[in-house]
Amino acid sequence: MDTNKPPSVSPNPWADLQQFTPARIALGRAGNSLPTRAHLDFQLAHALARDSVHIPVDFSVLEQHLTEQGYPSLRLQSLADNQAKYLQRPDLGRLLATTPPPSASVDAAVVVADGLSSQAIAHHAAAFLDLLLPALQQRGYVLAPVCLVKHARVAIGDAVAAHYKAKLCVVLVGERPGLSSPDSMGIYFTYQAQAGISTDADRNCISNIHHNGLSYQLALKKLLFLIEEAENLGYSGCLLKDETQVGSGITHL
Amino acid sequence: MYQRQIHNRHYHFKDLRTLMAKATPLRSGDVLAGVAAENHLERVAAQWLLADVPLKQFLNEALVPYELDEVTRLIIDSHDAAAFAPISHLTVGDFRDWLLSELATTEALSALAPGLTPEMAAAVSKIMRLQDLIAVAKKCRVITRFRNTIGLEKRLSTRLQPNHPTDSLPGVAASLVDGLLYGCGDAVIGINPATDNLEATHRLLQMLDEVIQRFQIPTQACVLAHVTTTLKAINQGAPVDLVFQSIAGTEKANTSFGVNLGLLAEAQQAALALKRGTVGDNCMYFETGQGSALSANAHAGLDQQTCEARAYAVARAFKPLLVNTVVGFIGPEYLYDGKQIIRAGLEDHFCGKLLGLPMGCDVCYTNHAEADPDDMDLLLTTFAAAGGTFIMGVPGADDVMLNYQSTSFHDALYVRQLLRLKPAPEFETWLHQHGIVDADNPWQLANTLPAAFKASLQNLSGLNYGHE
Repeated sequence: MDTNKPPSVSPNPWADLQQFTPARIALGRAGNSLPTRAHLDFQLAHALARDSVHIPVDFSVLEQHLTEQGYPSLRLQSLADNQAKYLQRPDLGRLLATTPPPSASVDAAVVVADGLSSQAIAHHAAAFLDLLLPALQQRGYVLAPVCLVKHARVAIGDAVAAHYKAKLCVVLVGERPGLSSPDSMGIYFTYQAQAGISTDADRNCISNIHHNGLSYQLALKKLLFLIEEAENLGYSGCLLKDETQVGSGITHL
Repeated sequence: MYQRQIHNRHYHFKDLRTLMAKATPLRSGDVLAGVAAENHLERVAAQWLLADVPLKQFLNEALVPYELDEVTRLIIDSHDAAAFAPISHLTVGDFRDWLLSELATTEALSALAPGLTPEMAAAVSKIMRLQDLIAVAKKCRVITRFRNTIGLEKRLSTRLQPNHPTDSLPGVAASLVDGLLYGCGDAVIGINPATDNLEATHRLLQMLDEVIQRFQIPTQACVLAHVTTTLKAINQGAPVDLVFQSIAGTEKANTSFGVNLGLLAEAQQAALALKRGTVGDNCMYFETGQGSALSANAHAGLDQQTCEARAYAVARAFKPLLVNTVVGFIGPEYLYDGKQIIRAGLEDHFCGKLLGLPMGCDVCYTNHAEADPDDMDLLLTTFAAAGGTFIMGVPGADDVMLNYQSTSFHDALYVRQLLRLKPAPEFETWLHQHGIVDADNPWQLANTLPAAFKASLQNLSGLNYGHE
């Protein structure tokens, strides 16, 4: 072998930095392009993420878990009755197909929506609700049944909150699958949500809850801060800032 | 009323807004909004009619009422009649011919920009093919400055986007170093924060400022928080180079983003007062994207491409350093597949450039869209051929925080080498000084680790940034 020829792949000497981030760094290069291994890694991850969009949600495990923990729940569906319609008709994903039974008035509506990643809900919803629901009760909030909504977008929470006349609306939703995190969950909080009226400017978002992302504890801390501030200010949304301390917060699950 | 007989069928469109929507090449967002043409023939009938509309009609028939929308008021009130004069006698169809002709030189196009409304630009784009959009945009030249000079001929800049799912400083730093060593980051080093948290924003701004100062990088930093968060950070004394905000083309859509023209002006003034630019004072960074107004149910019956062009009127009021159409981010309900994303990216670039904006493009897609890296290669290559101002640089094209795929550092190297494009001149000099690019071939990276970065890499590995 002629050892004078340069190798066709130039590695990067900073691969050590990969310990700090799930990002695809120090991939090396073949000429100016991705080496074959990095290219095929990407193709594999894209295939997994694309397929995960189409895995249907199975709420039965979560439903049983909530029952065991003593929390009533309710299964609902949006007006988008299949995944293809869900992807192309965001308007239908924001509306309930059926109205939940009437109930006494409550303070907080907690909604679980499959969104774009049923895996996010399967992996993270139960563990997060185990922290969230008792925390809300400790603060004296009366809860609506936890609504598990299939083919649902974030704004479905407005419809649920309006139905229960709940001033707090918390939606857990499967985020669009990323290559490195096909199961990322987001939380959207809206104060005094109004169906068909509240907009994204009225919500606060806590995103990237997954094993390489935000921990359940820190997500809860942020959410409780936002709830407390919204109660003080009388509104949520982009004028309500997450001012929790981040110093000790950058942790991994 | 706009009407025409075509192939024994009578078509009539009740107003200019309807005509514009019906003439728009097919995209899912217009179908979702219920404004798209019902079939190919109706679309072409609308295109024939649109071609006959005098450009002056756009000054007489506001597509969103003047009284109801501050973006319309901005467009009408800031229209420069003198700049418009050379083409004021043309129809939309004549305007297309004029743009493609030798009359439309770089100088003529620059002089015309303040005389054009977004609706005129959108209208003509609807009767242009991709090669028309590319050929005309390529003739436009928009140059902006903060710590370097962006938009010169034969240049393509890159935004280094070192996002991290929890805004971990070592995590951001790792991607930042990777990007710099791949020659990326002359448009801006811009981080999307994972949450709109003031303290995290402040910390990220401080870190970027430290890196830029330590390595004396001729570039600018930005944390893409909401404008109100950035204003708070400025008030706390944070080192803010560029103010970021997402904007849209109607007042109602901007309201759903929590912004208005007054707030943007306040933020611009606050950033200008910091006087952090060294070669210029373009201190705003805007992002846009077709479909965002409809997503907020604020499209006012307009098609999404016309809405998008109207967002450029908002942008140009604030003399931005950078405007970025995040074309494939919004998802398949607005741009269904690679074909729709590619056309939208080139339309946005064309309209933005015609209106005098430094247009970049986030060549991107989500995992629920019918698109893949092959589609992105086509948009990347055609966008750069059209003279696009800047693209994104994301490690391995995979944004691990925003969960979508953009262009990678490798992609930027590929297209620069292919089309012989260089970064901003100040940044090019810096890459040479540090031995990041090959001394003899500016389109090739050097194979050795630059001396200045050796110590930093050791520090970073030694948890210099306070890894928790």
